[in-house]
Amino acid sequence: MSNAAATGVSRPGARAVRAARVFVHIACLLPLAWLVWTGVYRDLGANPIEYITRFLGDWTLRLLLITLAFTPVAALLRAPIVRYRRAVGLHCFFYAVCHFVTYIWLDQFFDWQSIVEDIAERPFILAGFTAFVLLLPLAATSNAAAVRRLQHRWNQLHRLVYVIAIAGLLHYWWLVRADFLKAWIYLAILATLLGYRLWRYAARR
Amino acid sequence: MLIKITRKSQPKASEITPHEVYLKRREFIRAGAGALAAGLLPGAAGAALGPDFGDLPDSRYNTDEKLTSYENVTTYNNFYELGTGKDDPHKNADSLVAEPWSIEVSGECAKPGVYSVEDFVKPHKLEDRIYRLRCVEAWSMVIPWVGFEVGEVVKRCEPNSHAKYVAFKTILDPENLPGQRRRVLDWPYKEGLRLDEAMNPLAIFAVGLYGKALPNQNGAPLRLVVPWKYGFKSIKSVVSMEFTRDEPPTAWGRQAPGEYGFYSNVNPEVNHPRWSQRRERRIGEFRKRKTLMFNGYEEEVAHLYAGMDLKKNF
Repeated sequence: MSNAAATGVSRPGARAVRAARVFVHIACLLPLAWLVWTGVYRDLGANPIEYITRFLGDWTLRLLLITLAFTPVAALLRAPIVRYRRAVGLHCFFYAVCHFVTYIWLDQFFDWQSIVEDIAERPFILAGFTAFVLLLPLAATSNAAAVRRLQHRWNQLHRLVYVIAIAGLLHYWWLVRADFLKAWIYLAILATLLGYRLWRYAARR
Repeated sequence: MLIKITRKSQPKASEITPHEVYLKRREFIRAGAGALAAGLLPGAAGAALGPDFGDLPDSRYNTDEKLTSYENVTTYNNFYELGTGKDDPHKNADSLVAEPWSIEVSGECAKPGVYSVEDFVKPHKLEDRIYRLRCVEAWSMVIPWVGFEVGEVVKRCEPNSHAKYVAFKTILDPENLPGQRRRVLDWPYKEGLRLDEAMNPLAIFAVGLYGKALPNQNGAPLRLVVPWKYGFKSIKSVVSMEFTRDEPPTAWGRQAPGEYGFYSNVNPEVNHPRWSQRRERRIGEFRKRKTLMFNGYEEEVAHLYAGMDLKKNF
């Protein structure tokens, strides 16, 4: 800002982008802040561990869907918003880590035998675990240096996000006992977002 | 991470939950301090919680484990008629119209008929039954029910020789019950027991908990409690009891036959496809504990299943 002032060139664009980025980070952290505040000052119910696990899982899935929504929404609004996508993607990963740690620590209390059994025997856990493991390379290559170094392979690698989204939704779907309303809403959103990409792919050929 | 179970805007659980007081109630009464005891039981005198059943005899089947708090027992429920969230039944409790209430007895018996819940309960001596409750979702509670044995009712209905099972139904009232407006389950909720299971002295009809009338979210005014089976077998807000020749269909069995068997006995060796059943979280506790065969009631009920393959008859 001092540079802009010194050269006499106003850079409101850059300032707005920076402010918007701060806003995106704060917005992504709001659910976690709410959870901590509720846990400390209010009440997470009779089964707080289940509540925390589900809350973090829900927000991981929501942030993943929001990440996937950037491309079609940018095209629809003709707005340069894709520059904020990485921040949301990284927050999605952060919530996934919190969700995973909650499961390992609070829920299973480091009972590795049970955890391995869970992953091996329960399809919904396997799907969630798969999504989590696949998120790791994406998070690790989210910096600018990795984008430069990997070049076109970066795009190929980051297409894994489609597999992650499907695995993440399966993880949720297979957990539902009877009330599929929310699961259908997530499915409809994901189908729209993936459908858009298929449509673009077909149109380009 | 800090996990507080009490809500600061609300009275502390120990203030609502009279279980310390509750356990000492006889001392108070014996000391001639019945009035004092009533004063120490906030809500006991309040109409919202219904009448106090007073001093009831204990049962030899009672567990002496630490009771789950009244607040947790009445705010963490699976009662899909009142919503599928755990706190929905508590929030929507008023949607259940529990008065007046009648129960229809039908099928293979000599004494079919429609009874008001008062007439249905009247012939029976109520007692305290402190049971473990194990949900199929791998959490558990210890609940002091007020009730009477199902077997006593069965005898009174005089089932004939064709009667092999007892089928139960929950109220069907989609106009008032928000959960029944969507077809989440095949309403009305249905459950069933083999006749000898229903005759087992552990099987009770509960009309209260913590010495008070059942709150709506816990299945008012009358529900089944079969403590050696997963919680969903203990059907709430019962309006129908039918003696049948054949194994009756159950709500969860129709929803997912591969997941919810007719017997659904608590069994740490047979896992549900979604949950390991080896361990459970006792509500109010942090670490999981081991799940016991037949929820710890092996001595009382194991003979009912002698010779049966419990992996097949899950």
